[in-house]
Amino acid sequence: MAEATIARPAAERRTPPARRRTSGALPTPRARRRYWIVLAILIVLATGFAFGLLAWDNPLPVGSDGFWRIAQMRATSVLVMAIVAVCQATATVSFQTATNNRIITPSIMGFESLYIAIQTSAIYFLGVTGLVALTGLPQFVLQVAVMVGLSLLLYGWLLSGRYGNLQIMLLIGIIIGGGLGSISTFMQRLLTPSDFDVLTARLFGSVSNADPDYFPVAIPLCVVASVALWLRSRRLNVLTLGREATINLGLNHKSEIMKVLFLVSLLMATSTALVGPMTFLGFLVATLAYQFAGSADHRHIFPVAVLTGFVVLAGAYFIMKNVFYAQGVVSIIIELVGGSVFLFVILRKGRL
Amino acid sequence: MITLTNVRKSYGDEVTIGPVDLQIPTGGITALVGPNGAGKSTLLTMIGRLMGMDQGAIEIAGFDVASTASKDLAKIVSILRQENHFITRLTVRQLVGFGRFPYSKGRLTQHCEDTISKAIDFLELTDLEHRYLDQLSGGQRQRAYVAMVLCQETDHVLLDEPLNNLDMKHSVQMMRHLKRAATELGRTIIVVLHDINFAGQYADHICAVKDGRVVEFGTPAVIMTDEVLTRVFDTDVQVIDGPNGALAVYY
Ligand SMILES: Nc1ncnc2c1ncn2[C@@H]1O[C@H](COP(=O)(O)OP(=O)(O)OP(=O)(O)O)[C@@H](O)[C@H]1O
Ligand SMILES: [Mg+2]
Repeated sequence: MAEATIARPAAERRTPPARRRTSGALPTPRARRRYWIVLAILIVLATGFAFGLLAWDNPLPVGSDGFWRIAQMRATSVLVMAIVAVCQATATVSFQTATNNRIITPSIMGFESLYIAIQTSAIYFLGVTGLVALTGLPQFVLQVAVMVGLSLLLYGWLLSGRYGNLQIMLLIGIIIGGGLGSISTFMQRLLTPSDFDVLTARLFGSVSNADPDYFPVAIPLCVVASVALWLRSRRLNVLTLGREATINLGLNHKSEIMKVLFLVSLLMATSTALVGPMTFLGFLVATLAYQFAGSADHRHIFPVAVLTGFVVLAGAYFIMKNVFYAQGVVSIIIELVGGSVFLFVILRKGRL
Repeated sequence: MITLTNVRKSYGDEVTIGPVDLQIPTGGITALVGPNGAGKSTLLTMIGRLMGMDQGAIEIAGFDVASTASKDLAKIVSILRQENHFITRLTVRQLVGFGRFPYSKGRLTQHCEDTISKAIDFLELTDLEHRYLDQLSGGQRQRAYVAMVLCQETDHVLLDEPLNNLDMKHSVQMMRHLKRAATELGRTIIVVLHDINFAGQYADHICAVKDGRVVEFGTPAVIMTDEVLTRVFDTDVQVIDGPNGALAVYY
């Protein structure tokens, strides 16, 4: 008798309640609800800021012809922010997964140093006319092609070699980036102050750097590459387990990594050639997205990351423009916040 | 059956593993034993195709490891490494669920969920299935990893030191789980063990590795002798009769 009463609670504990046992990335109803609430808040914020950027402070009455014309002009920058948010967020999340490192940003591969080197050498060798010669659709395409081409060479060479390994690839990427940076700095020293002034404006990532003429190339590139990555979500999930577990589960680790890195380089090159360097935006967005989503599944992370990216960009512009009247410094603020988060994460984790 | 023919692997100029010729029979538990640095992990990772070999061939159930598509091999052989670190925060159930990837490609069906539940129950992790891995003790985590490879439902299972981090009780439990997996589920299990007494007690075959070569292969009765163990481990070993069979005493 006594034995039965003791045994029963244990037995009840052991047989799980009749709820269905599932393995989804959001295992409990609470986690699911939380995720959808986060997503809803981000969507509201994103539409709010987008609408604010389009309509706020529009001198003409709502609905009039002039109102729409002004809104249309502003729509360009909103579109640019959307492209940059998709590119940076998708690229950073995927890059972190491919390299199995959560505190890394794809700009480490030297995209930005390359962009800076291209811009600087244009003005160094050809003067201000050189910079002008760098604007235009063909030049945009060329810049993207050069960045993608060089990073492919690097990945291909380093990952297929006998000593092919990610760490070495990253290290060489950093070294090349550093080298290009020093060359650029050296050339910048020799510029006339006025040329330097013109150049500096181009070297801060800024939505106003973007030219709507680039859209016919930038938008398809961004859409195709990010959709391709989103469709690989399930494979990316496996990649987070690391090389050995990935191979054990039947994926070809090297070719998966190569495909991901190629798509990442497309996105990074597009974003960088469009608006200039944004070193910490992607990192900031990916870190926040993992906090917000409460799930490690890429199908959940990607939408949250992209929306967060857009909210951060659009929100920063909206506030800077309408509260502080200083929209030129937006990227600096974002980089400052992103850099601080970066430091905070490193210090808190205490490791790389 | 796993067949290694003239398998060699060199690390730089100094360390060479092999050449190894070995046949591991189907069914039961085969224990790989030997001193540190003998080459057990190297052999196991080569069988599990995580590392290429410089020379020779490995066949698992008739499939050549080097030339068979990785996605097909994933349904024949699964391997658990000596150390595992994941960057994402996963629950036990999510981790075990990854074991279904070779079949589901990430789209879990009801059948997958049932298999996952079975693997979790098999290793007695039912109460812990929604815990995050970083909320588990080392031993519980080790069991979760083993559940993941069992969930892969491969006939051949390779485990590198699954008793790492386990206390006396859980080491015994783990070996019983593996024994059950071998007998009830019909798996062929190859496991690297450091405690020779565990090998003697639970393994059906023992393979002794030393300096990159297979020096002994046989049933526990053949391997568990003073002479063989002393030679393999370079330590004075005395084998005495215990209550449940031979016991090696070496301290
Ligand atoms: N990546 C590597 N580079 C160079 N040498 C290596 C590498 N991995 C292993 N070795 C060497 O190969 C030999 C076999 O290593 P292995 O890991 O297979 O040993 P083990 O039998 O598993 O040892 P343990 O019992 O300590 O796990 C060792 O001498 C080791 O130093
Ligand atoms: Mg080892």
